Amino acid sequence: MSSEAEPAPRPAPEASAAGVRRFLLGRPWTASTAARALALAAAVAALLWWTAGNLGFNWGELARGMPYIADVLGRMLPPNWGYITRLWSPVAETIQIALWGTVLGVVLALPLTFLAARNLTPAAWLFHATRQVLNALRGINEIIFALVFVAAVGLGPFSGVLALAIHGAGMLGKFFAEAIEEVNPGPVEAIRATGARPLQVIAFAVLPQAWPSWIAATLYRLEVNLRAATILGMVGAGGIGFELVSSLKLFQYQDASLCVLVILALVMITDWASSRLRARILA
Amino acid sequence: MIEIRGLVKRYGAVTALDGVDLQLRAGEMLVVLGPSGAGKSTLLRAINRLVPFEAGSVSVDGTAVAAEGAALRSVRRRIGMIFQDHNLVPRLTVLKNVLTGRLGSLPLLPSLAQVFSQRDIDIAMQCLARVELQGRAWDRADRLSGGQQQRVGIARALAQQPAAILADEPVASLDPKTARIVLGDLRRAAHELGIAVLCNLHQVPYAREFADRVVGMHAGRIVFEGPREALDAQALARIYPGLALEAALA
Repeated sequence: MSSEAEPAPRPAPEASAAGVRRFLLGRPWTASTAARALALAAAVAALLWWTAGNLGFNWGELARGMPYIADVLGRMLPPNWGYITRLWSPVAETIQIALWGTVLGVVLALPLTFLAARNLTPAAWLFHATRQVLNALRGINEIIFALVFVAAVGLGPFSGVLALAIHGAGMLGKFFAEAIEEVNPGPVEAIRATGARPLQVIAFAVLPQAWPSWIAATLYRLEVNLRAATILGMVGAGGIGFELVSSLKLFQYQDASLCVLVILALVMITDWASSRLRARILA
Repeated sequence: MIEIRGLVKRYGAVTALDGVDLQLRAGEMLVVLGPSGAGKSTLLRAINRLVPFEAGSVSVDGTAVAAEGAALRSVRRRIGMIFQDHNLVPRLTVLKNVLTGRLGSLPLLPSLAQVFSQRDIDIAMQCLARVELQGRAWDRADRLSGGQQQRVGIARALAQQPAAILADEPVASLDPKTARIVLGDLRRAAHELGIAVLCNLHQVPYAREFADRVVGMHAGRIVFEGPREALDAQALARIYPGLALEAALA
């Protein structure tokens, strides 16, 4: 499309100027957009600067502390491999906490799910109320729930299970409800048109479309719960986190580093297994 | 059979149905033609009240269709429905999709537990055999081709053992060969089983080939009604004003 051959539609001068490259993000800026963008950038920079002051950023102190960090890391090496015999049972407990936290979370979430789905809820106020309950459960961190349950039912893994179940129910209920809202309405209309009752419509048109997402969300929650279960022990709610904190408190750094490695392995294996399972289920 | 009188439906300021009178007769394939937005789809959905309407009445065998509840469901049970996108439940088996046509006549709790009687399974298999898909009964519905899925949709409607079937542009997304198979299935359902079939179509040639009676709609009103032989240039000009007729008749 050279300009000599076709005189009528001339290309824009910027595009035809040979050798000039344009960095094209969007439509060309006017002076006022540029001014607004500059003002916004300045405001963000000012906010970050002010916040950093509040947080006591002190890079010099960090630089001076480097040798001490290196010292601690050095004491952690090599990991005390023999300590592994003491870790098997906390590892098992961590997995068990994650498993039961997930199961109870699903059990708690299921009844709320149907109220929290816009297209199934019996009344708008029930929808909003349930969504707020789920938001609250999801908004409060597992560790905070764990502290509450440790106070209520005492130190130990059961507190961890309850904390994961309550917090997880908030997330699962929202995910489950959104999966219901996203089902294709066509088959729902078709089943309703056969004269099926509302519960039959749910069982044959809604659930078959929603459950793959439910399983995927549950597996993801199991992954998240396992990560959370590794630190629940720090507040006395069972699992391998307790061993980690104890060994640090006793300055047994080589034991602590083994705990960290075991936690890493645990999390990586679960992530790998769960993502493979999810990919198969959603196919 | 099904009697529609003075049906009026508005969407805000738009009048989708502007006083429609129509009868569906047992054993007859009735094709409704009309441009997009003429109200064909609304008319079809108003019959079993998937779409509520403002005025007029629909009655099945002399009984007015109730607005809600068990009485409405018992009418819906007698009216099978076929959709442009077949609307099968993708992850259920073909057989289970056909069995959903039986749901209206099944006891609630066993059906929720996916328990069906041998009789219901036999009916479903016979309906699958009618559309020549009994061999695919245990496949997942989304493994079938578009044409096969539409024929499973027909089997699902037949499994209701309906007095009438409403088909909303059932061949709009099918190739010509499959489309003719599907329309043939519908016409045989009318002629062999005595079902009143109402079928919305966009293709005039299919109406000429398969319809026993043709109704033309434009802007929410019926502007033509007659046997397929009467569907001439004049009739088409009323249904599709401004259409180049040579193109439509080609």
